[in-house]
Amino acid sequence: MRIDLKHVADFVEDNARVLDLGCGDGKLLEYLQESKSIRGYGVERDQDAIESCIQRGVNVIEHDLNSGLDRFPDDSFDIVVMTETLQALESPRTLLRELLRIANRCIVSFPNFGHWRCRFQLLFRGRMPVAEHLPHAWYNTPNIHLCTFRDFDEMCQLEKLEVVERSVIDPKYRKVTSKSALSNLFGTTGFYVLGRGK
Amino acid sequence: MNAPVPDTHGSVGIVEPKLLELDQGVTLQCGEVLPRLELIYETYGDLNQDRTNAVLICHALSGHHHAAGFHSETETRPGWWDNCIGPGKPIDTNRFHVVSLNNLGGCHGSTGPRSVNPKTGEPYGEDFPTVTVKDWVKTQAMLADALNIERFAAVIGGSLGGMQALQWAIDYPDRIGHAVLIACAPKLSAQNIAFNEIARLAIKMDSVDGSSDEALPGLGLARMIGHVTYLSDDSMGTKFGREVKSGDIEQGRDVQFQVESYLHYQGSRFAQTFDPNTYVLVTRALDYFDPAIEHNDNLVDTLQPATAKFLVISFSSDWRFSPERSNEIVDALVAAGKSTVSANIVSNMGHDSFLMDIPRYFTVLKTYLASVADELDA
Repeated sequence: MRIDLKHVADFVEDNARVLDLGCGDGKLLEYLQESKSIRGYGVERDQDAIESCIQRGVNVIEHDLNSGLDRFPDDSFDIVVMTETLQALESPRTLLRELLRIANRCIVSFPNFGHWRCRFQLLFRGRMPVAEHLPHAWYNTPNIHLCTFRDFDEMCQLEKLEVVERSVIDPKYRKVTSKSALSNLFGTTGFYVLGRGK
Repeated sequence: MNAPVPDTHGSVGIVEPKLLELDQGVTLQCGEVLPRLELIYETYGDLNQDRTNAVLICHALSGHHHAAGFHSETETRPGWWDNCIGPGKPIDTNRFHVVSLNNLGGCHGSTGPRSVNPKTGEPYGEDFPTVTVKDWVKTQAMLADALNIERFAAVIGGSLGGMQALQWAIDYPDRIGHAVLIACAPKLSAQNIAFNEIARLAIKMDSVDGSSDEALPGLGLARMIGHVTYLSDDSMGTKFGREVKSGDIEQGRDVQFQVESYLHYQGSRFAQTFDPNTYVLVTRALDYFDPAIEHNDNLVDTLQPATAKFLVISFSSDWRFSPERSNEIVDALVAAGKSTVSANIVSNMGHDSFLMDIPRYFTVLKTYLASVADELDA
């Protein structure tokens, strides 16, 4: 995972009910269980990842996010976390709304397609970008809805979301809270904490 | 020719059923009292010194106590869940002490319709009192008491067996560490009940003059109906297709398809060994199962007392208890804040998948139960 587990933990209250969508091997939930005594549930569709969750003693529900989140009632969690998953979804905008229906706080992280390496490859090489934070070729990438920070900012405005925190992760995995335009050029991963807004 | 020697590799080997006599009797949910009862059971694997590694297997409609191993050197078919229970298998007898019984009302040695009613001196037959899932769980707890097992590390069951595991978690929260619910549902649907009623009616038709067919009595027909609902269109297509066993399909004369022959065989074989009154009793218990009814149909409230951790497994092609039915349980568990792992296994074998050694299914079960055993060792 590109973002540090601690970055997420900073925004999770003790004993919170946490839903981790696309939880992968369950490391984040395990960390939050130990550091914040949360009651967490992971949602995952990958078999091997589910195995890892079971081994870690992490709650995991086998479910494909593309089939929607109807099964999770309104306000049934304190916070929903979705790291590095948004860009691989069929309907990211719909799902973003669902996140903030299930909880009034969510943490979303995604790879930045506006990073200078991506721009460089497309502009000067005429090739689909492949970078450390976006390692797949065009034909096998799970990332079907890539966006830049600026794109995502616009989405937050359209959806009238409260942006509690907007940070970028730099290539050295450091979290930088930055409003500068340069962040869209040099940040590899976006880290957003969102609320329902008014 | 000598009878084939059973393969004991990964097997619990030769096992002997034991009979528990409970002279204190039991009061059933329906209010009737059985003055005394007997439960037949088997155990596999050693009970540890602290008596904490016991696991209870709850059987489904036609199951019984003989879940693993062989009763003799000459028995060719092992217990009904032998592929899953044994040394190194998902329910690992090197780590767990497995208890498997024939439920009350059964026809394999526990008190049931074939037992003698002390009031009349005759077998109970169709007068055997109504037994519910709750009654089964209660009598299973009585068995646990007799075996000096305070708490099961896990209660495991598929189909109707899963319903018992669920009821355990609700009724005896302090006595169950994990509940493993496989191909299960929180209650039957109208379609499920409908199939059960057709099966019961097939059995009842036997008592109508002249309608009984010795080769295939009503119970056999009931089993045929049930059997179709345990398979999937896909699996039947793969297994039988439109293959003709006998007759000439072009002339449309005396045709018997393979699938017909198979169902006839299954039906008549079942009718030879199973008791029709037990079949009626068990399908009724299935129909009546609805733990949420005591809580205004709110499954989340119903599950509140549970302290067990849950593993819920469903199968993609199961239309008897579909993955959506398992998800009803999972979603209620999540809403109730209970520890839950759920897996939906891709399989084309329908409801019967829960008895098959499907690699991913067994991996999930094995991984989960290994962590249960690790907890005990820690």
